[in-house]
Amino acid sequence: MSLLEVRDLHVWFDLPGGDELHAVQGVSFSLERGERLGLVGESGCGKTTTILALMGLLPPSASVSGQVLLDDEDILAGGEESLRPHRWTDIAMVFQGAMNALNPVRRVGSQIVEPMELHDVASGDAARKHAGELLEMVGIPAARLDHFPHEFSGGMRQRAAMAMALACNPKVLLADEPTTALDVMVQAQLLELLVGLTKDLGLSLILVTHDLPVVAQVCDRAAVMYAGEIVEAGPMESLFHEPRHPYTRLLFAATPDLLGEEEVVSIPGSPPRLDRPLVGCPFRPRCDRAFERCVAERPILKTIDAGHQAACHLNDIPARPTVGATP
Amino acid sequence: MSAVVPATAAGTGWAAGGTPLLEVTDLVTRYPIHRGIVGALRRHPKLTVHAVEGVSFSVAKGEMLALVGESGCGKTTTAQTVLRLVDPVSGSIRFQGQDISALQPRALRPLRRRMQMIYQDPYESLDPRFRVRQTIEEPMLIHGVGGSKQDRRSLIASALARAGLTPPELYVDRYPHELSGGQRQRVAIAASLVLDPELLVADEPVSMLDVSVRAGVLSLLDELRSQGGLGILMITHDLSTAAHFADRIAVMYLGRIVEQGPAKEVVRNPQHPYTRALLSVVPKRDPRDRSRSQILKGETPNPVHVPSGCRFHPRCPVAERRCTVDDPSLHRPREARVDGHEAACLLV
Repeated sequence: MSLLEVRDLHVWFDLPGGDELHAVQGVSFSLERGERLGLVGESGCGKTTTILALMGLLPPSASVSGQVLLDDEDILAGGEESLRPHRWTDIAMVFQGAMNALNPVRRVGSQIVEPMELHDVASGDAARKHAGELLEMVGIPAARLDHFPHEFSGGMRQRAAMAMALACNPKVLLADEPTTALDVMVQAQLLELLVGLTKDLGLSLILVTHDLPVVAQVCDRAAVMYAGEIVEAGPMESLFHEPRHPYTRLLFAATPDLLGEEEVVSIPGSPPRLDRPLVGCPFRPRCDRAFERCVAERPILKTIDAGHQAACHLNDIPARPTVGATP
Repeated sequence: MSAVVPATAAGTGWAAGGTPLLEVTDLVTRYPIHRGIVGALRRHPKLTVHAVEGVSFSVAKGEMLALVGESGCGKTTTAQTVLRLVDPVSGSIRFQGQDISALQPRALRPLRRRMQMIYQDPYESLDPRFRVRQTIEEPMLIHGVGGSKQDRRSLIASALARAGLTPPELYVDRYPHELSGGQRQRVAIAASLVLDPELLVADEPVSMLDVSVRAGVLSLLDELRSQGGLGILMITHDLSTAAHFADRIAVMYLGRIVEQGPAKEVVRNPQHPYTRALLSVVPKRDPRDRSRSQILKGETPNPVHVPSGCRFHPRCPVAERRCTVDDPSLHRPREARVDGHEAACLLV
């Protein structure tokens, strides 16, 4: 039994004109204990919406369907009532741009203590002591509990946000672009910390990012999202060395590698609009290997090897065991 | 997929004789910190941010130089000073042989047409109320180029085509919100190209764009460089991008260039300990390649109080006693393999 299992998750947003935007279109994945999973994709692919749905933090304009099983309990079934007991105590989150996630007029310490008191994990001096320990754990001296966020550098604020997420001993940590907008050296420090925390605390991590190399270095497995669905999922090594969806292969090819010699090529076109029904494969207009079947029939996510799934018709052609050369 | 090396031969144009397009020598730019009336009355010391402290480099025609470094290293201030958007304290900026470091605003004006800037965020840099046509026409009106309305129309069309937005008719009447991020950045580039500049300064030109379209915009800059003969100064924090698209890389730390040379050489044979550390923490695409990274502790110090001696010594993993005293200058390291590779470290 997986720690967390997401089954056929859909999210729709109401648009002002009365239309609907189908942001997440049937996403399913599972997360094991202690596993680090990457959720990769470009802006608008639904990756952030997916994890906000797990936290029950979507705006009122969103409607959600599907199941989110945490230790076999469907935490989506009862809406806010069934989510609230798990938010922050079982599933916690580090938000994108922690510079803005902290309250600028409150001391960092009190912001770490707040979730503990709210969820009856600890209170008073015990909570404050624990907040100090958490700060030390993320590499900030406990003496800085009484400082304000503006007295912290960007990297330290992101560390403080991690301490805040760990306040109630969660089992699952969701991190949404935790290092975007930070310098590469600070990014390296934070990623090292994140990996260390998952190992030391036995945490499971879902890392949401557009940055494939970051996922390649941090995660065991990844799910690649496009147009609201997972188009390929599997061990990081398989995704890089034997991609089974053209989008995965092209995304790697569009990412420059420090010492790589091959040409960096962009993917022509842009993702489809999600406020109208999609016909056929959503990636077909940008795909370099599309054929007739892709026009009308939307591919579904199928298991190819153990633990490796892809949603591409090319995988049904026996003569072509792979969808493309290794980058 | 064929393996093609995108960048041209290392150091093209650099070693070739003649005047470089842009030559910057010993550039110093500082910002005063206002102490306020209370601070002045209490006789607090006057403090300055040492943003750029003696930077020298050149950009040849048809060459792309990447200025790389972490935030606060002075790379953007360097670019702004080169364009005279910020005034230098000392040093010279020669544009086609002419020193522009002390020119008055009026004298600078004709030069502005020839050196254009591309900003980081095409969501911010384009006026949302302007159609693409107006965005590209405005610089022509300001600089009085283009002649008749009809002439300007054809110039707009050719600038859009050069920026890869073809056919131009499809784009001229659109508003920014009707364009994708990559298309917006191409419009911003077209608005620079319409003035027929010789130097482009691109400040993080793709960092706000989606991964799948970045390479397209960078290839466009590469084309303008190789075919259009433009000199390009690209500011970036992304070493992988610099390694792929620039001819040469200059690595900045706390207001100084600590290493510079042909891009591939700086990346494959780094000499300065800072460059080595920086390169070691760039995430690799291949999950099997989890090579050991050398993570430096702490963050770049505040450029108000610059460390003595080598400014990198407090964070340097190999610093010796003399590094706290002697300030190294750029020189050819012992292990350099090509001309033009320089590092500012006492130990190499």
